[in-house]
Parts: sequence; C-alpha cells; structure tokens
Amino acid sequence: MSAPAATLDVPPPPGRPLADIFFSRPELLTLLLLLPPLLWIGVVYVGSLFALLLQSFYSLDDFSGLVVHEFTLATYTELLEEANVQIILRTVTMAAMVTLACSIIAFPIAYYAARYAKGWTKALFYLAVMMPLWSSYLVKVYAWKLILAKEGIITWFAGVTHLSWVVDGLLAMPVIGGPSLSFSYIGTFLVFVYIWLPFMILPIQAALERVPANLIEAATDLGADPRQTFRTVIFPLALPGIIAGSIFTFSLTLGDYIVPQIVGNSRLMIGQAVYTLQGTAGDIPLAAAFTVVPMVIMAGYLWMAKRMGAFDVL
Amino acid sequence: MSSDRQTSAPLGLKIAAIAALLFLHLPLLLIFLYAFTTEDKSFAFPPPGYTTKWFGIAWSERPDIWPPLFLSVKVAAIATFLALILGTLAAAALSRAKFFGRETVSLLFVLPIALPGIITGISLRSAFDIMGLDFSIWTIVLGHATFCIVVVYNNALARFRRLAGNLIEASMDLGADGFQTFRHVVLPQIGTALLAGGMLAFALSFDEVIVTTFTSGQQSTLPIWMLSELIRPRQRPVTNVVAVFVFLVTLLPILAAYYLTREGEHIGGSSK
Amino acid sequence: MSSAVRFENVSRHFGSVRAVDGVTLDIAPGEFFAMLGPSGSGKTTCLRLIAGFEQPDEGDILIFGDSVAGVPPYRRAVNTVFQDYALFPHMTVGGNVAYGLMIKGVGLAERETKAREALAMVKLSGYEDRRPSQLSGGQRQRVALARALVNNPKVLLLDEPLGALDLKLREQMQEELKALQQDLGITFVFVTHDQGEALSMANRVAIFNDGRIIQAGTPLEVYERPNSRFVADFVGSSNVLPPDFAARHGGVARWTSLRPERIKVSDATASVADDHGSTEGVVHAINYQGSVTRIGIEAGAVRISAAVPAGSSSTKIGDKVRLIWPKSAMTAMESEA
Repeated sequence: MSAPAATLDVPPPPGRPLADIFFSRPELLTLLLLLPPLLWIGVVYVGSLFALLLQSFYSLDDFSGLVVHEFTLATYTELLEEANVQIILRTVTMAAMVTLACSIIAFPIAYYAARYAKGWTKALFYLAVMMPLWSSYLVKVYAWKLILAKEGIITWFAGVTHLSWVVDGLLAMPVIGGPSLSFSYIGTFLVFVYIWLPFMILPIQAALERVPANLIEAATDLGADPRQTFRTVIFPLALPGIIAGSIFTFSLTLGDYIVPQIVGNSRLMIGQAVYTLQGTAGDIPLAAAFTVVPMVIMAGYLWMAKRMGAFDVL
Repeated sequence: MSSDRQTSAPLGLKIAAIAALLFLHLPLLLIFLYAFTTEDKSFAFPPPGYTTKWFGIAWSERPDIWPPLFLSVKVAAIATFLALILGTLAAAALSRAKFFGRETVSLLFVLPIALPGIITGISLRSAFDIMGLDFSIWTIVLGHATFCIVVVYNNALARFRRLAGNLIEASMDLGADGFQTFRHVVLPQIGTALLAGGMLAFALSFDEVIVTTFTSGQQSTLPIWMLSELIRPRQRPVTNVVAVFVFLVTLLPILAAYYLTREGEHIGGSSK
Repeated sequence: MSSAVRFENVSRHFGSVRAVDGVTLDIAPGEFFAMLGPSGSGKTTCLRLIAGFEQPDEGDILIFGDSVAGVPPYRRAVNTVFQDYALFPHMTVGGNVAYGLMIKGVGLAERETKAREALAMVKLSGYEDRRPSQLSGGQRQRVALARALVNNPKVLLLDEPLGALDLKLREQMQEELKALQQDLGITFVFVTHDQGEALSMANRVAIFNDGRIIQAGTPLEVYERPNSRFVADFVGSSNVLPPDFAARHGGVARWTSLRPERIKVSDATASVADDHGSTEGVVHAINYQGSVTRIGIEAGAVRISAAVPAGSSSTKIGDKVRLIWPKSAMTAMESEA
C-alpha cells in the first residue's frame, strides 16, 4: 500500500515521534521546559525566603547558643530594643541622604546626555556611565578606601590647594566625623553615593528622553523663563525617573554591609548587624528579623513608587 | 528628548556633567596606579616610587591567592553551566506559551536580582540551618546559580521575543519537526544571546561577594580573600594587583556581552 | 476526478470567535485558486488549515484525497509563501532555498544544483551567496517563492505575498506568478484582500466574509453575477438597486446589482431601446479618476453611480440626465446582505 499522496514519504529522523507529541500537545512541551528552572527557583530561592521568614519567628537560646525551632515573637521584641532601633534608624537615614545626593549629582549628567548628546557622544556617555556600573563592586569600594585613607589622595589634594582646614572641619563634626575620612560616616556616605550613582543616572536619563522637545518649546512659547520651565515642565516629568533610581539607591543602601565595614566607624548598620549576628554569634533568628525590616520598607516604597509612575520608566 | 535645533548646552551644565563623569572614573584609575607603588604599608599619595615587582610577587610569592582564585573559577563555571541550561529552558517556555500564572512566574524570575543580596544570603543561610546543611562548594554554587539563572534568562528571553514566530512556522512548513527547527533555526538565532548571558553570569559570579559571605562558611572565593585583605591588609599593592585582575576579568566579559547583544539578528550560526 | 484540496464543512473557533464557520470547498488540481475577503474573514485561517498550522475543530480537510487530520505541517506535501517572507536571516539565499532539501537529507551537491535551478526560475540567478538582509522586498519575495517551489509541493500556498510591494512591482509579480503557475501546473492557493489581484490571476475565486464563503466561481461569474450585496460591493463597486426600483426600471422585484460602467449617461430626451432599462435623474457629483469619470445621479430616492470613459461626457452638476443600461446587466441577487 503506497504512502498517502498528501504527505511526504521521506524516512523520518529519530526524534520524530517525540516531536509529533510535542506538536500536538504543546502544553506538554511548555511544562517540560518550565519545570526544572521553576523547581530550582521555587525550591531554592522562594523556599529560602520562607526559611528566612520562619527563622525570624524562632529564637536563640542564650545558654546553648543554638537556634530553638519553636514559634515565638520574642525575636521581634528583641528587634525593638533601643540599640537595634538605633541601627535601623541610622541605616534609613544614610539611605535617605545617599538617595538625595545621588539625585542631585546624577541630574546634570542625565540631563546633558538626554537633551544635548547626539550620536556618538550619546553612545560615549552611555558607555561612560555603564563602565563603572559594570566594574567589580569590591574593587570600587577598595578604590575609595585608597582615596579616603589618611595619607591618601584627598589629604594630599587638600594640602596642595590649602583646603586642609575644610577636611579637618568636616572630620571634627559630631556624629558624622571621625579620625579620618575612611573611618567616618562622611566616608561611608561618599562611597555609597559613588557606587549607586549609575543606578540613578540611567532611569533619570530614560525619563528625560521621553519628554518631547516641543513641550519645552510650548512652555517657552507660553511665556515661561528657563527656571520656570525647569520647575514646572522638566522636573515633574523627570520625577518618575528619579523615583525609579531612588528605589535602587535606597534599597541597596539599606542592605549593604560591606561598605560600612570597610569605610565607616564601628557603629553598625542593618547589613552589618545581619552579618555579625549570623556569623560567630549564630543568632540567625535575629538576623532574619533584621532583614525583614528593609524588606518591609522596600515593599512600602515600591508600592508608593508604582503609584507615582516610576515603573513606566524602567 | 530630541531637539531638532542644535542648541548648545549651558556651560554650567557641561561642567557639572563632566565633573560627575570624572567622579565616576577617577577612583578606578587610582587602583591601577596603586598597583605600581613602592610603598606597601599605607596608601600614601602621591606614590613615593613606581615598580612592577608586585605583579611578580602576587604570582609567585603569595600562595594564599591561588586557592580562592581556583574556587572562584570553579564556582563561576558550574553556576554559569547550570544557569545556561535552566535559564534558557525558562526563557523558551515563557516567551511564547500562555498559561495560567504566567505573570507570577515572570515575577519569580526577577526576584533574585530585584531583592538585595543580603536577603538572598541570609535566606539561604536560614535554609541551611533549618536543613542542617554544611557549607561546601555546593552551598556557594546554590546561591550563585540562582542569580546566574536570572541573568541568562533575561538575555535569552529578550532574544526569543525578537525571534519572528513565522520563522518557526516556515521551518516546519519546509519539513522540519520541532527538534530540527530548534537545531537549524532557533539555536543559531539565540546563540549569541546565550553566549552573552553566559559571559555576564560568569562575570557576576566571579565578582560576587555579598551572598557568598553567607554561604561559604570557612572557604574563600577571590572576592572574599580581597575583603579580608581590605580589613587586615598585608602587602597592599598585591591586593591592588589582584583588584586589577578582578576588574579586568569582570569588565571584559560584560563589555563583550553588551557588544554581542547589540548586534541584532545578523550574527548567527552557520549557514549551509 | 479528485480535488487537490477539499474542505468538508470545516470550522475553527478561537474562543467564542468562529474564524472559519462551516466552509466547504473544492480546489481542482492545477488550478490557480484565490481566496478573497476583508481582514478577519477567515481566508488566512483556511490557508493555515491547509498548511497544517491550525487544526479544524469540526469537519475534515483532504489533500489529494487523503485526510490530513492531525498531520503536522512538516509531513504535508504542501509549502507556503509567507506574507512577510519569513526568510532565515542567519542563512544565505542559497541556504534558505535549499533548507527543505537539507532537512530531507538531500546531499550537498544535489541541493546546490536544485537551489540554483529554483532561483533561476524566479529570475534570481547568482544570488545564492547573498544574505536576506541585503535584498529588496521584491527579491526576498522571489527567494521565498523559490524556497517553497524547490520542494515540488503538491499544493503551493501564498499568503498575501504581494501586499508589501509597490504597485508597479506588484503588477509585474502578478504576471510572473500566473505564468509560473501555468508552466509548473502546480495547484496554487492564493489569499488576498485585493479584489483586482484575485480577478486578474485566478481561475476561480472564493469570496469570504465572517468565516464563510459567500460566493465561489470564476472571476467573470463573481463580477458579473454577484449573488449578494456583499459580493457586489466587495468585488468592484456596484450599484445595489432596491426591489421595487429594479422592477420598475427593466428588472425583477429583487435586490439587483448594476455595474457602473454598464450605464450610459445621456441627456434627458434620449430614446431607450426595448432591451434596455432606464431612469431619469439629476447629477449631484462628478469625480474625475484618470481613466474613468464617476458620475453620481439622484434618481428619486435612489442614488446611482455611473462610470464613463474620461472625456466622453460634458455633463455638469445639476443637469437633468437619462441613464440607460442593458437589461442583461442587471443581476438579481439572492440576498441583500
């Protein structure tokens, strides 16, 4: 009996029966494709997040030093102690300051790149911002340790330009000062600003690029001077970008523990608290409870940011 | 914004922009500079003298550098390998199929890089404690592979989306079943995206320190070694040499990945 | 005589939308068959049903007598020329054309020879080593054609292949496709929304609307004797006369189609022969369109459009005229819709 006229009569390749099944039941293929990665992310990642949450409801037995795997709210109560609250407030304040500074410094670059750079200059700017972004995080922190060292380039530069008194004055200030720049909040602040700056530049640039030039012309046409145009047209339209960038700077500062460890005074931030607690102390429950704090803060922040249109820019 | 009229930027703006750019780049240059200084006990500026001896010393006289280096390479390689497979599978499934819960799954694949590293780190640590798991190379890989999967997934997904649907139909119309179509049409199209994703994943894994400190116990990857050197330095210029090395090993693949994913569909596999 | 392609009461739904609704048709072997209709009328879905990219929810499709239910596209002896060509960007033109042969396992030398022949057939000799990105739209279209034809399909499907080409190129390709089909003798099934294209190329045309075939026949039949207002309007444009008007002016008491170019515009005193129908009216619009001039006339409550050769009429707006047409040009339609 001859093969049907409508179909090809070539010998089929080995995988053909399986291919036929996948063709007639595409859902099967999707399932097979999705299952391994989903299992991984679901089990390893999401599972760990649940483990984290779970741990925050456990507690550490002070005598044995072991984690007691029983549900309790004692750890959260411990979180609300004076010393711990200080840590949280300290970190949130730093995050806010860093966000503010990043917004101010990032704006000129973003504005210039969005509005005035064309063609190859634009590509150059893009690359110039991306390169520090892509560079090793640790190397960047290290670079600042060099710069801020007591005998480092800033001291030398201040000496050469007779501005040492500025540096000494800054260091003499209470709370944020310290023995040297690399052992002070000012130093920590500078490093944070440096590292997160690209995260702020890019969303602002993206937001500004979406502002059509004729809006500015319309404003001018209707009588606004450059300052008013900036205040009433440009800035509000760039705001979603600033907020989007602030999500990064705020969240990354809240959770970071390496920067304050390398460039900072000995007073802890949330990240350092988490790290030391789960390290030698083995107090994973309290560490977990601490971690929940930035998660909750960021969840609230993200919700607000979404309402202000930041996600359209990303 | 595109402005048809070539208005030149106000001088103040230009200065501010350039100053900010310099702010971004100078620190990195200093690292390079300090790898050549003769002074090894402090970060004195300007450097009292210049020498290249630290490169040789780092290579031959510091045995403590090599084990972390090998560990970093091993972890990055394994994590990238896992990520390439799992990330591509996920991207293939999510790029075309519509199914219940698709949005949630998409969100799931963003979380590992959306949430700060410390959360991933302490979560894994919590899980290890609950499960009674000891630290090993696999606990490190577990953390790295998770965000590597996301990186590969993003690259692959973007490319899958750009793959015109009718190419697959055309291939089938011409006699190729699903597997043959994947081999001859899909794979060449996504090849460079996978390469880029893989390189990006390797670089990120090599540089990773935050999650690793939570999942490594007593072991050291190269970034962890650098971290301890930062806190308790021995020969500072040697640390700088290693920093330069890490900088290049992470930057170059990322640049290459960026270059690859910009090319579009013209880069492809073999043509018969 | 068996058909090349036969649809037996085929339906295909997407959710609540019936993209194809009870379609029955027969395409003869060696025929150039056009499927014509507006967007969303189901013609493209029917094409995809033949190709195998969709499976019918009801009914059966037979290709040369064999049912293709459940047969995937890669096992059908059918090839498609896609609307946007779907050339593989990472292969050369030669690689694209030889793809089907390569999949079948044909050897390199034979593939290259056949690919060269196919390209010669579409007048693209020497283009083997170029890349699709280097070609113009018309050239890509020819490559897509060669790629399909090189496999000697039993049926060739063309999905609005000329849509992206400019007018001159389109007309040229129409002639070439028609000639090619006659040379090769392969059954061509051609989807288009351009009725002029369908009428000029096809042996038979099926007119689709809302998932159904409204009328199928030769181009002459469909144009001269539309069976419904839809067809009358879609294929060319036509006057649709209400039943009572048609009955009073030379026809029968049914909705009647009357093509504008069959109407002569004379002055009000002209005499009318017995085998002609006529009406009086007032000119309300004159539209110069290059080769024809369209004159709009109000005849009481009915508006009629006449198309006269340019320069043949000196009427002005407001003139009283008499319209005269052969009674045989009036086609009584089965339905108004």
